[in-house]
Amino acid sequence: MLYRESGQFKTSYDADQAVFPILQDRLCIIAILAFAFLAVPFFINDYWANAVLIPFLVYSLAALGLNILTGYCGQLSLGTGGFLAVGGYSSFKLMTSFPELDMILVLGGAGVTTALVGLLFGLPSLRIKGFYLAVATLAAQFFLIWLFYKVPWFYNYNATGQINVFPREALGFLVTTQKADPVVRYLFTLSIVVVFALAAKNMVRGRFGRMWMAIRDMDIAAELIGIRPFLMKLTAFTVSSFYIGVAGALIFSVWLGAAESGETYGINESFLVLFMIIVGGLGSILGSFLGAGFIVLMPIGLKNLLVDWFGMSAVFAKHLEITTFGVLIIFFLIVEPHGLARLWQIIKEKLRLWPFPH
Amino acid sequence: MNMMTQTSITDDGRTIGGVQMKVDNISLRFGGVTAIRNASFDIRHGEIRAIIGPNGAGKTSMLNVINGFYHPQDGTITFKGEKRRDMRPHIAATQGIARTFQNVALFKGMTTLDNIMSGRALKMKRNILWQMLYVGPARQEELENRKFVETIIDFLEIPHIRRTPVGKLPYGLQKRVELGRALAMEPELLLLDEPMAGMNVEEKEDMSRFIIDINEEFGTTIALIEHDMGVVMDLSDRVVVLDHGDLIADGTPDEVQKNQDVIDAYLGVAHD
Repeated sequence: MLYRESGQFKTSYDADQAVFPILQDRLCIIAILAFAFLAVPFFINDYWANAVLIPFLVYSLAALGLNILTGYCGQLSLGTGGFLAVGGYSSFKLMTSFPELDMILVLGGAGVTTALVGLLFGLPSLRIKGFYLAVATLAAQFFLIWLFYKVPWFYNYNATGQINVFPREALGFLVTTQKADPVVRYLFTLSIVVVFALAAKNMVRGRFGRMWMAIRDMDIAAELIGIRPFLMKLTAFTVSSFYIGVAGALIFSVWLGAAESGETYGINESFLVLFMIIVGGLGSILGSFLGAGFIVLMPIGLKNLLVDWFGMSAVFAKHLEITTFGVLIIFFLIVEPHGLARLWQIIKEKLRLWPFPH
Repeated sequence: MNMMTQTSITDDGRTIGGVQMKVDNISLRFGGVTAIRNASFDIRHGEIRAIIGPNGAGKTSMLNVINGFYHPQDGTITFKGEKRRDMRPHIAATQGIARTFQNVALFKGMTTLDNIMSGRALKMKRNILWQMLYVGPARQEELENRKFVETIIDFLEIPHIRRTPVGKLPYGLQKRVELGRALAMEPELLLLDEPMAGMNVEEKEDMSRFIIDINEEFGTTIALIEHDMGVVMDLSDRVVVLDHGDLIADGTPDEVQKNQDVIDAYLGVAHD
């Protein structure tokens, strides 16, 4: 009843091409943003910021990046962890080499560095496709992790081999290290993710999104309408790596405060982000958020439920949690193989008619 | 030779200009198999040119050579006065050659609107940073092209499926969307590979009407492959007949129909 678009007429193509053409969707997104920016800061504390909200946001950003490459352009990548590491380590090098640099510029620099590395590892995509490209990106993953482990210059010859964050400011607010206010760190991350999500939506609904999807769906026909597949694959690799690089820098600087190549950015991260976009929905901006939410928040929710509510022992709860988590992924993939985003779309279609049969 | 360079007026009042594309002694081989042997013909501005022949005659290979998918071993192609042996498909696209496929080659995950909009890829120039901001020139460019695409959607009578993912559409409509995508490129030469394959009579009539309208209203030169002889004879100004890679006839529909080689190729000939 509430979700009804009758009476909403579009009188220009501009209105028809809006991100949220339906009034209810617009109100909904405004409410969510208002809640996230205005309400959440009042009850956020260290636990909520570090364990729930910031991880959700940075993984959403990483998932957005991978979704551009894999969901929209159809190039399967298993190198996400490696590209996250490039972001993390380049932000570390930037903040130690230029201590005065604003964090926004540090993140931008980390993004650009990762974009260039992504461009380099995207070159094989000219010749190889599908699973073979996945193996090539897997090689990138192992190579990059090995590089950051083997070359001490990257971690400033630190005896532990770790990188540790220094207090740095963005626009005059301290955003890194545990001394920073969780509200500031949360709002900083949130703002970046919102801006990047909007930019991603603008790209995928416009010319570049169409060219990427054209390559994904039928590269021969794409070439015939004047799209150069190689160029488009490279832009997808570059843009995607930029996003992932910024996410990697945020993981190191704002979320964890310390990182070690194999521990923080290992192959597990690659699979985790890939699962996020598969569960959330390939080729969907919303899906990146839903997938990240599912994978990051579900284990925390399950743990709280089992330990705090049902009073199970922590070890038993942990095992049950892993099992349930796996079962839930399989359940959702069987119910809707196209991910949570498609499920949401179907619900919306149903809501347009409800409570009438048609 | 004189006739080739001069314009002529057809019975139904269309103007046919000079030679737009000239195919000279093209030979295409795949290992030991010869797909096309020394074929030469030309396509003139504004005409509807049919390429016919039995299965495996080399018709689609011919289109693929013109398009740049296949690179012939011998011969040249002259398009708009520019001579070439082979090229890349996206360069063919920039020169104004559009194409539809025998088995629909649409972007299945995208809507009708996005599919046709993607045909405007070459007409849109704004870089990715503008695209991210989606303001000013980038938005303007998007809206201008949308307006153009809407005229094509109207022309092909498919406004009702604008937002439908093409994978869900029936075959006849998919063919129409594919034609729309080719038209969005504003081509000078439109190559249609069996535009009516698998259609019923009504759909064939619709498609024929669109082909004639495209040719008359936009002045687009059309080269089409088709197996329905009724359609070919009605639509085309001139017909090329291929058989086993050889060009066996070239002329008006009437001439071709009477040609003994063509009759033999289609009906078979007794070996004695």
